[in-house]
Amino acid sequence: MTRFITRRAFSAILLLFATSVVVFGIFEVIPSYNPARAIAGRNATATTVAQVSEKFGFDKPIYVQYGNTMKLIFTGQVIDYSDNLNVVDQFSQRFPVTLSLVVPAAILWMLAAILLGSLSALRAGGLLDRGLMVAAIVGVSIPVFLLAAVLLYAFAFRLSWFPNTGYSPLLSNPAQWAYHLVLPWVAIAALSIGFYSRVLRSNALDVINQDFVRTARAKGLSQRQVFVRHVLRNSLMPIVTLFGLDFATLLGGAALVTETVFNLPGIGQYEATAIGNLDVPPIMVGAMFTAFFVVLFSALSDVVYALLDPRIRLTG
Amino acid sequence: MNEELLEIEDLEVSFATEDGLLRAVSGVSFTVSRGETVAIVGESGSGKSVTVMTLMGLTRSPNSRFEGTARLQGEDLISAPEHVLESIRGKEIAMIFQDPISALSPVQRVGTQIAEQIRAHEKISKAEARDRAIELMGRVGIPNAKERVRAYPHEFSGGMRQRVMIAMALSLSPSVLIADEPTTALDVTIQAQILSEIRRLSTDDDKGVIFVTHDLGVVADIADRVLVMYAGRLVEQGTVDEIFYDPQHPYTWGLLGSVTRVDRDPPRRLPAIPGQPPSLVRAPQGCPFQPRCPHAFDRCRELPPLTVRLPEAPGHLDRCWLEPSVKRAKREAAGRIGLTEGAAS
Repeated sequence: MTRFITRRAFSAILLLFATSVVVFGIFEVIPSYNPARAIAGRNATATTVAQVSEKFGFDKPIYVQYGNTMKLIFTGQVIDYSDNLNVVDQFSQRFPVTLSLVVPAAILWMLAAILLGSLSALRAGGLLDRGLMVAAIVGVSIPVFLLAAVLLYAFAFRLSWFPNTGYSPLLSNPAQWAYHLVLPWVAIAALSIGFYSRVLRSNALDVINQDFVRTARAKGLSQRQVFVRHVLRNSLMPIVTLFGLDFATLLGGAALVTETVFNLPGIGQYEATAIGNLDVPPIMVGAMFTAFFVVLFSALSDVVYALLDPRIRLTG
Repeated sequence: MNEELLEIEDLEVSFATEDGLLRAVSGVSFTVSRGETVAIVGESGSGKSVTVMTLMGLTRSPNSRFEGTARLQGEDLISAPEHVLESIRGKEIAMIFQDPISALSPVQRVGTQIAEQIRAHEKISKAEARDRAIELMGRVGIPNAKERVRAYPHEFSGGMRQRVMIAMALSLSPSVLIADEPTTALDVTIQAQILSEIRRLSTDDDKGVIFVTHDLGVVADIADRVLVMYAGRLVEQGTVDEIFYDPQHPYTWGLLGSVTRVDRDPPRRLPAIPGQPPSLVRAPQGCPFQPRCPHAFDRCRELPPLTVRLPEAPGHLDRCWLEPSVKRAKREAAGRIGLTEGAAS
């Protein structure tokens, strides 16, 4: 276990370094990229731009610039170039919003996917299975921005069941919090429910034909016991891997479309703005933030894997 | 050998397939008494596994059709609703499967898997069920049962896993034990151990045992009576001595003829029955063995009944039109069939 953690921590550091280098390097090759001009403002004179460039070190060689940026990031002093806000502060203020959006959505999609996937596997080929398949295909194919817009139009604008957009903190009023987030949760979960339930269904159908399931039936277990204890338990593993990656990228800001459409001040929304402005510091912090979660959750999903299947040993 | 434990009458099992209706088992009738071991032999696809799995209700599916009855102490297993069958399976009738590697769930401890069966039928605590599992594992010869109860199947050898399956099958002292080729997947030395284990544990009390195999050596070792199946039908049944010393059906001759023997010079080629078993979707008219039978004649186009043909052996039934005297002559001419030379006595 110690060895496992050490090796994963080491690979995390490597990955963060590689991510930061690649992201930083990308901006060097973007044509007409000039952060000094962005900072100096629209009507700045050439002298002002040059002054800004010198002050921020944009005239230095790229590896020096990279080193300075990384130093600022890790001392928590880095500011974005569009609004002069402290990027680390922005992340710590916005992360609870992203957590509020992603964690309940993930619980929702896992529960729904396990339930619907199991039902389709148990009634494979039946009317329910075919209906769920159509629903899953719709869920997988509909783009998030469209689904989010349709949800807003139908349930917020037309029916007024839910507020139009916006966020209300969990700690000040949990009911308001949930009320504001129901539509975003559904928008995020829809795609994953469709995909995960189909994956679970096909796994379960493979497992159902295995000899040990026949043994379980021969023991006199009820159909429900056979399914839950033997079929489902053995069908969950591929889903665990998928979940680790999807959850990690969403925490890292991949919910940017949903956050933007529903005007939720989370990390994704901040990132979306930063990308639009070619604002390097938030983009770098965001990329490293995502990379960190990806490493963390792929390690965690390996641990869950080993718990689900005793044949698997944890190695780096 | 007087009380009939299990009575199977005119069992038919067919499956709807893309090519048409596949008749896996046709008109099979037999009985199993207390304390008796009945062996079902036949080549792959002869319907022996389907027959015993049907007794457990394991062939039930939207594509399968059943006819006939299979009464276990009066209760019909074929028409029983699923919840009744659930209470019988594992308790009254239990099964040991062919491949112990895949027959145990890879993600649960063996003790849990044994205890699970006990708890499916008896209201006892987890701790009690675990103690019973340890005791059972000791009974089937698993050393260190107390520690091994927490092990996972992948930590066991094939033979030990089959012992776990036996412990599981015997956990509730079922009155009928079905062993479906329990030694096929094991090493020869382990085979012998497992066989003697099954024999020891099943003859202790007055169980009925159905032993499915294609290994005639095992049959001679373990069975009281033998049923020979071919293309979903019983073609011959009798005691071990009757089948081995005086086989009546040419298919049985073929089976016995393909056994190599230590008391004779090894043949240059292993004898085999020429041809292939018939398709069960489009079965031939008449005797199912007729297309491969070297002794077929006109009458074989009509299906012979399974009936007694030797007045001196009322328990010996076969499905062949040939006169017993003709068959004896033919067997003597062939020279290799039956355990003693010219088994006519």
